[in-house]
Amino acid sequence: MPEAPNLPDACDVAVVGGGPAGLAAATELKRHGVPRVVVLDREPAAGGIPRHCGHYPFGMREFHKVLRGPDYAGRLVARAEQAGAEIQTGVTVTDIQPGGILSLITPEGTGELQARRILLCTGVRETSRAARLIGGQRPQGVLPTGALQSLVYLEKMKPFARPVILGSELVSFSALMTCRHAGIAPQAMIEPNERVTARSFAQGLPKLLGVPVHLGCEIERIIGREQVEAVQLRDRKGRRWELACDGVLMTGRFTPEATLARMGHLELDLGTGGPRVDQDGRSSDPNVFVAGNLLRPVETAGWSWKEGLRVAQSLARDLEAPRAREVTLELQIQGDAIRYLVPQRVTLPLEEAALESIQLRVARPARGSLLIRSAGRILWGRRLSALPERRILLPLDVLKNAAPDHPVEVVFEEEEGL
Amino acid sequence: MSQADASLPERYDVAIVGGGVVGCAMARRFTLEGARVVLLEKAVDILDGASKGNSAILHTGFDAPPSSLEQRCIAEGHAEFLEIRESLGLPLLQCSAIVAAWSEEEVARLEELMDQARANGVDDIVPLSAAEIRAAEPSLSGKVKGGFRVPREALMDPWSTPHAYLLQALANGAEVRRACEVTGGQFDGSSWLLETSTEVLRAHSVINCAGLFGDLLDQRLLGETGFSIKPRKGQFLVFDKAAAQLVSSIILPVPTEKTKGIVVCRTVFGNVLVGPTAEDQESRCDSSTDAATLKSLQGKAAEIVPGLAEIPVTASYAGLRPASEQKDYRIQAYPERNYVSVGGIRSTGLSAALGIARHVLGLHQGFGPRFTAPRQPRVPEVPSRLSEYDPRAWEEAGNGGIVCHCELVTRAEIERVLQGPLPPRSLSGLKRRTRVTMGRCQGFYCTGALARITEGAFDSPLAVRAAEGEDEDA
Ligand SMILES: Cc1cc2nc3c(=O)[nH]c(=O)nc-3n(C[C@H](O)[C@H](O)[C@H](O)COP(=O)(O)OP(=O)(O)OC[C@H]3O[C@@H](n4cnc5c(N)ncnc54)[C@H](O)[C@@H]3O)c2cc1C
Ligand SMILES: Cc1cc2nc3c(=O)[nH]c(=O)nc-3n(C[C@H](O)[C@H](O)[C@H](O)COP(=O)(O)OP(=O)(O)OC[C@H]3O[C@@H](n4cnc5c(N)ncnc54)[C@H](O)[C@@H]3O)c2cc1C
Repeated sequence: MPEAPNLPDACDVAVVGGGPAGLAAATELKRHGVPRVVVLDREPAAGGIPRHCGHYPFGMREFHKVLRGPDYAGRLVARAEQAGAEIQTGVTVTDIQPGGILSLITPEGTGELQARRILLCTGVRETSRAARLIGGQRPQGVLPTGALQSLVYLEKMKPFARPVILGSELVSFSALMTCRHAGIAPQAMIEPNERVTARSFAQGLPKLLGVPVHLGCEIERIIGREQVEAVQLRDRKGRRWELACDGVLMTGRFTPEATLARMGHLELDLGTGGPRVDQDGRSSDPNVFVAGNLLRPVETAGWSWKEGLRVAQSLARDLEAPRAREVTLELQIQGDAIRYLVPQRVTLPLEEAALESIQLRVARPARGSLLIRSAGRILWGRRLSALPERRILLPLDVLKNAAPDHPVEVVFEEEEGL
Repeated sequence: MSQADASLPERYDVAIVGGGVVGCAMARRFTLEGARVVLLEKAVDILDGASKGNSAILHTGFDAPPSSLEQRCIAEGHAEFLEIRESLGLPLLQCSAIVAAWSEEEVARLEELMDQARANGVDDIVPLSAAEIRAAEPSLSGKVKGGFRVPREALMDPWSTPHAYLLQALANGAEVRRACEVTGGQFDGSSWLLETSTEVLRAHSVINCAGLFGDLLDQRLLGETGFSIKPRKGQFLVFDKAAAQLVSSIILPVPTEKTKGIVVCRTVFGNVLVGPTAEDQESRCDSSTDAATLKSLQGKAAEIVPGLAEIPVTASYAGLRPASEQKDYRIQAYPERNYVSVGGIRSTGLSAALGIARHVLGLHQGFGPRFTAPRQPRVPEVPSRLSEYDPRAWEEAGNGGIVCHCELVTRAEIERVLQGPLPPRSLSGLKRRTRVTMGRCQGFYCTGALARITEGAFDSPLAVRAAEGEDEDA
């Protein structure tokens, strides 16, 4: 096995992924005096997704300033380097094994790294056309927003001139803005649900830009042999029609880039699609921690940054003196209104938790009572009306009253007549 | 036809029409025999027809109609593939197949199928009880009732294989024309004058390997044809690589009259494949998928291997079988017109192609000239090794870094293919040669870098440079 020349073969913490979460964590670990912190990123430069986002807003939480993605990424990298973290780019981690062993690919060949702890911060990607089971032909020009952003902002290129945008999440509006920036004219926004997914401020935007929005409408087929020529749409009433376009932007429906977990030995959570963790971000392997969007789809850069920081604090404490864990409580979702929650387990005592709340998302619009129960007792409850893709936070500290040998149940008791 | 055309000298012994797997194997065979070969393909790249999407199984022919031409060609093709694959750098996943019965009616048919296998010379099959199947395939649904193992069924690389055949032909003097459709031709009693969309050329013989258009080409050139193509679509789903831990053998159903049925198997690329359907249709080129069928395939997959319900889908595609109105290959020589029609190579052409080529060479010897084989045929350089189960290019120093992160395709591999003897002119061609963008992210991470690397290489580029001034602030 040819060894990559300038890579260390051992370190204290190997951070996989140099996006906001990974860079924040590396900086914080150095501040806590951890000697060797190595950040590994497969891209030619660290910074993660924001490096591809030539738009605002980034950085309010971190720098108290509204920055563009690349400037924000640059500042995070500089901070991590100043703090003494070692950033290795162009390095792909292909495998992690119990005992803190990472397998690497570099342009010079393969390598191995031994770490006392591993922190996974590999982020999310959008759900592909294939995973959405969209039928039709397979022309080029069907892209996720991530691809559009890197073409437009990093390469100064454009893949099409008149695409349709599938989805109406925040990122879909980011796609809309990126199109506008590049002189690309979206023909329509298409949303399978009856309402726009993103928060209300975005709702006026397509109208403002003169882009028609089709709600309750699906892309049934993609048409075109070499390049996209049209999409066939179908609405709730079963009406079908073709819309001419030369590309399709598959926006949103984020899913964690959890390949290392999936292919390796970590327990995965079917709800988030990421590794199962406790309130410190610790996975089923006690030497492997997780932070940022890999925990769940999808949060802002600032949120992911904060998580990186907090998980790093837990990790630093763990390096000093691993905490004795007496009681582990599994959190179980009841019913199908809740899509996921994080963390999926907690270990008592709860003090100094890295994840300060239980993060939850609903699978569909729902109204009723959200309850945390333990051994038939209600620990916490709140009435609310919830929409998908919105952040919902539940207090973590109520779990200190949970019955020790029962799973904690989280349930959304829905009311009729929504 | 002009005066000049009529006096065009005969530059080729054999013109092969069609760059599917059959045409590629044909070009290799005739070139290695010493013939001057030209292969004519109407699409911008080879492998644009039936050979674009299949299950990639190297069949033994155990379930082929006994003593059919198809069965003979599969047996010969299989044997020759095993002989040459290492020298051509072609992967093979020798994982064997299990024919699994899921109902008592299917169990009742196993005996007859095993007899058929033995009659086809596949005498190493092993009957398996339900318990033995579960022991061998612990992730398979517990509902399996019994079956048998076919040890020599294996998995191929469906694209590198025909590429390697054609590259070997090119390395030994054959020529290829892409984006060159045969539109007509005349036989003057001793040779053919072929009209194409780009040029006119003269060849002693014509071999029709036009797959889904075989009957139409016969009509065009001979004014008659012995068969008619009945396209039969097959849709597939591809599961992410984590699924490969769930299946070891190729899981075949008990075949029916019409189809081999839905298969679950790994791919040499490390994924798991589920399909194909069998849908008769009129169109010879519409290989589109539909959501309802993909959804039902996803359900079917989870019925066979329950763990697949939790694994994401990374790709879907469809292929068209060039079936005809009969259940055998339709290969016919027209000796008085120096012509062989290779039709109806329906659902086993990848396995049988080398055997078909030998069979056609035999037919050609009945009317064609004798060739003198080169003493030391050249072996082409292997542009990329794509099997997940063999060493990959990223393991080498100087790989240039990873461009496609999901499939671990290196910059060096992409550049080698773009500068090679048969460069792709479209993204689909580059995909088939290197697997870029074929993984789980479908371009989320690599499209930008890829657009830059392939600039100028494709007829329709992945992206164009933004015009000056367009890159201002929004
Ligand atoms: C189009 C788009 C627009 C957005 N706009 C905004 C916005 O305006 N404001 C905002 O706050 N947020 C925005 N976001 C969200 C924001 O980008 C994310 O919240 C943030 O990047 C998450 O950070 P992270 O560190 O968890 O992951 P990422 O930023 O995704 O970083 C993950 C890193 O891991 C690396 N990696 C992955 N796998 C491996 C491996 N195997 N080996 C080595 N390296 C690996 C990747 O190269 C990447 O650099 C946007 C997201 C998208 C997609
Ligand atoms: C769903 C499915 C699953 C399959 N599974 C397997 C399997 O597991 N194992 C196996 O061995 N086989 C399998 N097959 C079968 C195999 O794919 C086919 O038998 C094989 O691809 C047929 O190849 P071909 O060269 O005859 O035809 P094609 O690949 O169609 O090639 C014909 C070529 O001729 C060109 N052409 C047509 N007309 C003209 C013209 N006038 N001028 C110039 N060029 C022309 C076309 O563009 C095309 O490229 C499967 C097939 C399908 C569809």
